[in-house]
Amino acid sequence: MQHFLQYTVSGLATGAIYALVALGLALIYRSTRILNFAAGDMATAGTFAAFTLICMQIPFGAAATAGVVVGAVIAMGFYFIILVPAQRRDANQLSQIILTLGLALILQGLVGHFGGTEPQAFPFPLSDAKLHKFGTVVISELGLGTLGISVVCCVLFYLLVQKTRIGLAMRATSENLPAAQTLGIPTRRVLAFSWGLAAGLGVVAGLFLAPAQTLDPFFMLEPFLKGFAAAILGGLNSLPGAIVGGLILGVAEGWAGGYISIAFKNTMAFLIIVAVLLIRPEGMLGEEFKERV
Amino acid sequence: MGGFESRSSRKRPTLFCSKGLRTGVEFMGLLKVEKLFISFGGIRALAGVDFHVDDGEILSVIGPNGSGKTTLFNCISGVYKPDEGEIGFQGQSLLGLSPDRIARMGVARTFQNLRLFMHMTVLDNLMLGRHIKFRKNPVHALFRIRSEELKHRATVEEIIDFLDLQAYRQARVSDCPYGVQKRVELGRALAVEPKLLLLDEPIAGLTSEEKEEFAYRIMEIRGRYKTAILLVEHDLRMASRLAERMVAFESGVEIARGTPEEVQSHPQVIRAYLGEE
Repeated sequence: MQHFLQYTVSGLATGAIYALVALGLALIYRSTRILNFAAGDMATAGTFAAFTLICMQIPFGAAATAGVVVGAVIAMGFYFIILVPAQRRDANQLSQIILTLGLALILQGLVGHFGGTEPQAFPFPLSDAKLHKFGTVVISELGLGTLGISVVCCVLFYLLVQKTRIGLAMRATSENLPAAQTLGIPTRRVLAFSWGLAAGLGVVAGLFLAPAQTLDPFFMLEPFLKGFAAAILGGLNSLPGAIVGGLILGVAEGWAGGYISIAFKNTMAFLIIVAVLLIRPEGMLGEEFKERV
Repeated sequence: MGGFESRSSRKRPTLFCSKGLRTGVEFMGLLKVEKLFISFGGIRALAGVDFHVDDGEILSVIGPNGSGKTTLFNCISGVYKPDEGEIGFQGQSLLGLSPDRIARMGVARTFQNLRLFMHMTVLDNLMLGRHIKFRKNPVHALFRIRSEELKHRATVEEIIDFLDLQAYRQARVSDCPYGVQKRVELGRALAVEPKLLLLDEPIAGLTSEEKEEFAYRIMEIRGRYKTAILLVEHDLRMASRLAERMVAFESGVEIARGTPEEVQSHPQVIRAYLGEE
């Protein structure tokens, strides 16, 4: 029982990262039907930007904020400079997805060139080694911080989407783009905002993940794939599903690592994707796929 | 008949006038479509379409299926870009503008196959029509300001009363019957307070009772909201009842225009509708 709680709590902290990544993926998929393969690399670029600033003795808060902004600007730039012209030339969904893959490769190259490919330690105000004890459960300061920031991000995100006007415009645009346009909603600006927001969430995940590992150009690859699995588990077009999916995947990994073998941990994500696609392809909270004739 | 000025020259009050029916009074033109051509993969959808809509009038565009009526709407609302021709709205060219920009200029539309926000409530759908009327201030965009919200809410409530939607105010659109959904879409377009309303087969798929009701409402709209209406209709009887002027198309080409009586009795219209005798 003691172990069970411990595995669950550690799993939740990891799952919180997956939830943030999944939220960004679901947000883009829902409004554009594009799977953003560059999500991980956008987050990496933002995190590296923050890292560079920290190395220049800029306070952590300011550097982290700048990192989030850099990620958002890259995403919005990609949307306006590459995706919109592609859509004007009638690019279909698949080609747009491949464009995100191209962006991923470009960003990887740039980050490797300017940031270096050597693994580096990421300075962070919260320590991974300092442990807090709650009854029988132990959690690191960093783990607590990760859980905290995810809750804050999810709540703010929820309020933004449900309670603000830009959120209403986002919901309208993702549900029915032509209808939103005929009401005068500037759908391009709304979508650009969504891209920026999704990338920003990814950078937050990167900032809290980097101190737990080392920082190198590929450090977001695995969490990105896990976030993908989480989004599929929750339902790719469901925002609450992304959060729930991320947490479940994290906890499942925690249990698998604890009870079966630590080597089995990474297999969980893959197993979950296969199981979901076989049993309920639309995911836990996703709407059933319906094609209108 | 001056050519069209592009966006740079804003106001040219008497750019075009209506000829014909309403002699004696000069009406300022609202929408003017000139020599519109568009084809898709070699098939001509519109081949030189010419007409205009005056302030506050109802103009019906009729024609059999595939005659290019919906294509015409898509050109006006910015979904398609015509190959040739000009579309002017209040003396300003609409060509090359995005659909949302055109909507903000005062052109609202409904769709032949409803395009509603099915997962939202009727009220939310109508409020989205007010979206562009809110002040453009990022702070206001982030927080819904109470007094402004209430003002828009009042406009929407008026539309709800007008269209008899009280009972469905908080219902999810996907749960409403088809006839109600049609009214919601009309209401959403009205919420934009358009100067020109494009209605694409508004009564298709309704019961005969609902058709009567809808026709009555369309007539009412003009009186209440002072909106010009461009109506695409398959139903010849309904189209002639509602409009002062009609234009008939077949295969993207105009075959008749004039009063409903003139158009209805035009031999080519009769042939297009009833087939070769």
